Amino acid sequence: MTMPFYVSPEQIIKDKADYARKGIARGRSVVVAQYDQGILFVAENPSRALHKISEIYDRIAFAAVGKYNEFENLRVAGVRYADLRGYSYDRADVTSRGLANAYAQTLGTVFTEAQKPYEVEIIVAEVGADEGSDQLYRLTFDGSVGDEHGFVAMGGAAEAISTQLQEQWRPDLSLEQALTMAVAALSEHGGQGPRTLDEQLLEVAILDRNRPRRCFRRLTGDELSDLLNSE
Amino acid sequence: MTSESQSSRLPAHYFTAGSSSFVEFLAAHAPEHLPGAAGRSSAPAGSGVGGQSAERGSGQVSAPHGTTIVASTFDGGVIMAGDRRATMGNMIAQRDIEKVYPADELSVVGIAGTAGLAVEMVRLFQTELEHFEKIEGMTLSLEGKANRLSSFIRSNLGMAMQGLAVVPLFAGYDQASDIGRIFSYDVTGGRYEEHDYYSVGSGSPFARGSLKKLFRAEQDADAAVRVCLQALYDAADDDSATGGPDMTRRIFPVVYTVDARGARRIHESELQVLMDAVVDQRFQRPDGPVATDPTGEATS
Repeated sequence: MTMPFYVSPEQIIKDKADYARKGIARGRSVVVAQYDQGILFVAENPSRALHKISEIYDRIAFAAVGKYNEFENLRVAGVRYADLRGYSYDRADVTSRGLANAYAQTLGTVFTEAQKPYEVEIIVAEVGADEGSDQLYRLTFDGSVGDEHGFVAMGGAAEAISTQLQEQWRPDLSLEQALTMAVAALSEHGGQGPRTLDEQLLEVAILDRNRPRRCFRRLTGDELSDLLNSE
Repeated sequence: MTSESQSSRLPAHYFTAGSSSFVEFLAAHAPEHLPGAAGRSSAPAGSGVGGQSAERGSGQVSAPHGTTIVASTFDGGVIMAGDRRATMGNMIAQRDIEKVYPADELSVVGIAGTAGLAVEMVRLFQTELEHFEKIEGMTLSLEGKANRLSSFIRSNLGMAMQGLAVVPLFAGYDQASDIGRIFSYDVTGGRYEEHDYYSVGSGSPFARGSLKKLFRAEQDADAAVRVCLQALYDAADDDSATGGPDMTRRIFPVVYTVDARGARRIHESELQVLMDAVVDQRFQRPDGPVATDPTGEATS
């Protein structure tokens, strides 16, 4: 019988974390930001079919970066969780806090128990009655949860984008202003140099707090290009 | 959600690849939440007819019943309206029940039959359509939605045999052909496309007669709403289980219009004006508007 080499738990955890971080850093970035009437999601994503942003429930949406099959799996599980809960209790009983918790436990278990951690980072956002009651949860590959305010950036250029948003974001931005700010930050970073991101390269959606039930809406086509060219 | 209670992580079966159907997910992992599960062995809904083990010994179950639903197409869409009465035998169980619901953004469903089962079926149907839309990123075709509802009714056949039938009416806007379409069902889940107008429920023979005389192929949405209100009035006139407009309590039918812009409920204030006009006219002529014969002269 051969004895395996001893590897310290610290080393195992560090290796897994480095592995996951590298995977996430390869991907393009996503920005989520609050604006006066809701929450804006902007992703650099040339695909029309493989979404990084999607609806989970009436007031809850999901954004992710990293490995597509892994976050898609989490997204589907989230939709099932929300729909089952809403159906067996009431629509009002589906909360982003509950979902973020379930995701955190799932990611945490996978990180410690599985050979390979998930190479994903996700945001669960819930739009409230006013800006103060909006909720933004950021979840990383190891299951840690951050309760965020204002804006969040994830993906390859997350740090550089966050620094830029830190200077520009303020409460009560209009949708146009928030979109311009997010697109400018994504254009500036994450590529070889500053680029122009037009509507073909962007996936944009909002959680609009004024919509009656399902607040999630994608912004596409002419509506998006009008917003992008408004300033 | 038994497995969820063990830990707060998402259960493994939530990650199973494959089905975009909420009902299939329920049937496989939480069958106790399916409607009719109490009176059924653990047969999943997807596998067709459920068991028929609910007790018959106690005789006929008495439960509130919904009554008349009418629908009429117009140029570019469809109207559905329902009266507000639920009956239990000779009793009025509820005078302001709502029997027409939006199924999703572009379709509506009206229910006649056992109210408790019907409301549950509608809730499941709404969740099913929304679930599919979220998972697949696109909506089902109108035919696809109509077929899905068909399988829901079929899974209720066991209950229907005991007198607890649910007979919905489904209508929606078909994006592919830019028209409103109506689908009716029988208790075995048979699905039939109806043209121009249709009605279900105990007052439907009278409502259908009324629709037949008042429907015009070229009518617009406003005309179609008036036709539906007249038909419901006629149904209430001759069927004791159908509620007429309650002028003292100001309870009026629930009316939905569905077109390219989506399904919208017609607002109470707008409905009051229309309903008052119908009632005023009936003071002059209790039997309602006069139909014209082919020569153009009034027959009365």
